[in-house]
Amino acid sequence: MRRLTSCLCIVLLAVVAEALPAQTYAITGGQVFPVSGPPIDNGTVIIQDGRITAVGANVPVPQGAERIDATGKWVTPGLINPATQLGLVEIAAVGDTRDASARGRGDAINASFTVWHGLNPASVLLAPVRDQGITSVVVLPSGGLIAGQAALIDVLEDTAVSAMVRRAPIAMVAQVNNPQGAGTGASAELLIKLREVLDDTRAYAQRRAEYERGATRDLVARRIDLEAMMPVLRGELPLLVNADSRADIEAALDLAEEYDLRLIVGGGADAWQIASRLASERVPVMAGAMNNIPGFSALGARQENPGLLRQAGVQVLLVGTGNDPLTFNVRNITQEAGNAVAYGMDWNEALRAITLAPAEVFGVADRIGTLRAGLDANVVVWSGDPFEFGTRVEQVFIRGVQQELGDSRQDQLTERYRELPPDYRGTP
Amino acid sequence: MRFVVVLTVCAVAGCASRAASPSTVPAAGGTDTAATARAMTGAIAEPNANPFPSTYQPVASPPTIIRNATIITAAGPRIEGGSILLRNGKIEAVGTTVQAPADAVVIDGTGKFVTPGLIDVHSHLGVYAAPGGDALSDGNEATNPVTAHVWAEHSVWPQDPQFPRVLAGGITTLQVLPGSANLIGGRSVVLKVVPARTVQEMKFPEAKYGLKMACGENPKRVYSNRGPATRMGNVAGYRSAWIQAEQYRRRWDKWLADRSGDPPSRDLGNETLAEVLRGNILVHNHCYRADEMAQMIDIAREFGYKIRSFHHGVEAYKVADLLARDSIAASIWADWGGFKMEAMDGVRANLPLVHNAGARAIVHSDDPSGAQRLNQEAAKGIAAGRAAGIDVPDDEAIKWVTLNAAWALGLEDRIGSLEAGKNGDVVLWDGNPFSVYTKAEKVWIDGAMMFDRSDATEAWRTDFELGFVPATRGGAR
Repeated sequence: MRRLTSCLCIVLLAVVAEALPAQTYAITGGQVFPVSGPPIDNGTVIIQDGRITAVGANVPVPQGAERIDATGKWVTPGLINPATQLGLVEIAAVGDTRDASARGRGDAINASFTVWHGLNPASVLLAPVRDQGITSVVVLPSGGLIAGQAALIDVLEDTAVSAMVRRAPIAMVAQVNNPQGAGTGASAELLIKLREVLDDTRAYAQRRAEYERGATRDLVARRIDLEAMMPVLRGELPLLVNADSRADIEAALDLAEEYDLRLIVGGGADAWQIASRLASERVPVMAGAMNNIPGFSALGARQENPGLLRQAGVQVLLVGTGNDPLTFNVRNITQEAGNAVAYGMDWNEALRAITLAPAEVFGVADRIGTLRAGLDANVVVWSGDPFEFGTRVEQVFIRGVQQELGDSRQDQLTERYRELPPDYRGTP
Repeated sequence: MRFVVVLTVCAVAGCASRAASPSTVPAAGGTDTAATARAMTGAIAEPNANPFPSTYQPVASPPTIIRNATIITAAGPRIEGGSILLRNGKIEAVGTTVQAPADAVVIDGTGKFVTPGLIDVHSHLGVYAAPGGDALSDGNEATNPVTAHVWAEHSVWPQDPQFPRVLAGGITTLQVLPGSANLIGGRSVVLKVVPARTVQEMKFPEAKYGLKMACGENPKRVYSNRGPATRMGNVAGYRSAWIQAEQYRRRWDKWLADRSGDPPSRDLGNETLAEVLRGNILVHNHCYRADEMAQMIDIAREFGYKIRSFHHGVEAYKVADLLARDSIAASIWADWGGFKMEAMDGVRANLPLVHNAGARAIVHSDDPSGAQRLNQEAAKGIAAGRAAGIDVPDDEAIKWVTLNAAWALGLEDRIGSLEAGKNGDVVLWDGNPFSVYTKAEKVWIDGAMMFDRSDATEAWRTDFELGFVPATRGGAR
């Protein structure tokens, strides 16, 4: 598809450099999975000033480094869950805690909606996610035809929102699998509406001055939405299209070809049926491995989907499809990966699908997603196979900072009610 | 078999003896044709009446022996290198030295695990069938806060493609419940996960019915305009219903004892509630919060019934001592929470905390996806316990998805563990069932192999799937 053009013209939030920690760590003796290369037995990972400075089998430990013995343990990049609403939705059924869907002017077009401006850095859901070795997540808007713009954040809390955000925007989110949700009555009508938005974005881009003078015909969307769509039309900002049925996915592919868009398919239940086309057009698919229940928009849903796609050469990002995958159970992305393996995906590819693959697709692979010298130190030490339920997370580093683990609100409740009746005084 | 039947009849007669004559005891699927005939007149409902009897027939099967497997029995420590013999629909023997008849099918279990068939006590399969949509939304009779008169089995669509999928996850028995919109939602039904044309062909013979009740947010939200609109309204609603039911039971039990004059008028809702009061129907109470569970326990005491199990109970760990005291099971998720206010305090250690307090912990699904991986959900609970310093051994935790669930359904004498004489409901796993990589390889129900992952050509495809769902090779599920 379209070549990667310069992203300079996108208003881009990058990591705001905090005061970097001076601490140096040496994680030694573990089975290291750099993802960018083959696993290293008895490997060492050096973390210095927030960065990974060395990874390998024969790496000297710098003087003064705090040594973390990972003998018998597994070391991976911090995991990336590429589909969440962390920080946007706290309690789904409580309206006051929901900030994931824009209302706009009721026409289902909210391209200008930037989710990261509503992020809640005090969300109690962040700690349990980090405790499970997930150090970055994609935060997605939802609803309508064009839901808005997504961000990629590090799982930090009680910090400035700008410090959480690693990159934004990373994608424009749209859906073609729900004509009613898009304010239309049929799939073809929805596609016409999407084309109209793209055509009017082009018209707006070409005739901005006239538009400002009121000398153009009425355009289909608000000015700010057309403005926000321009990087999509230029192929700079990917269009993440939620589509499950084969027909919807093919329609999205056709549209992307016609307008020369950078497409990402989300959901993609039936994607395995057109895996070779997705591979040849280099379109990444965000799919899960635990959805196999046929609905009329996903009749081919099967657990082998990620494995089949990857075998065909498709860039696969594993996303949660179990309970509450966007909020309370963002942490279960490892279960998704384990199930993907159980249903045919290579283990290393499954790890890649929740580390390097999302980093590449969302343009942060030069900073996170692998264990390589020079990258930000998002690193996790596990007691064993990260996908197994019995495995414990022993160390989490985000940007080189060792994280406190096991003190989430859920942990505090567990501690409080360990003995009954509880003592409500003091700390749990 | 005989042992089981005698037990059942005793239990029923004991409960019914408050009023009914001993001749009126046929449980569901019973053979007292005279009583059935009387019930079919429609004017009289005997206790344990059974107007929609099970027509389930086990699939004919040869004797089968699984050899040299790790057998997690749910009845004691695991048996390494063990064998299990299924014959005539039952488990005939379990142990390290099991003699097989000459005509037995021999399955090599080397490197594999055997467990009892898993039991899901909270399912909406068939009543919220795939592919979904309004046409198949049959789980909530949300027209009145008390709908004790509805029976879930009358909504079950046997062609729901979710049935074969949960079978492939090792589920052999499930309880299908009405939804939670109502204070009293109606009767549940216990089903075997088998291909069938009619729900009667799926019904677990002689299983007791359950009654679905619901606390908290759902009823007060659904009925906010007409009431109940508050939690105190909810409680008033339960109590009003039980007051009427108790009166109804007295009137009917008197008539059933005397059989003189015209029988009282039948009322389907009160009939079900009266059966709860007689102990013939088990109460399954959707309830999230600790304080509400404590109130429901008091209501049950006020009206003289027992709550068999709380369902969802995300705060069960806060009142696990009360549950243990009153022998109430907690049917809960491994890690759901946070999706509504009353679910906010969900913790992953709920299962081990409840277990540790001496109450019966059960992993339920309430979800067609989770039901396919009940073993994985149990594994999460085990891991959360160990992370919190509560080490529930795997051989105990297996009861969360087997024996404890059987108890919640009143079927612990027939299913839920691998012991001689119990039904031949067995799963052969291709590895440790608490590993994320493990899949059910073969599943037997009443001694018959109903699922075999290695033979996709024999896979059960529902009517719905024909033409709509692409056939896939190699254990597509």
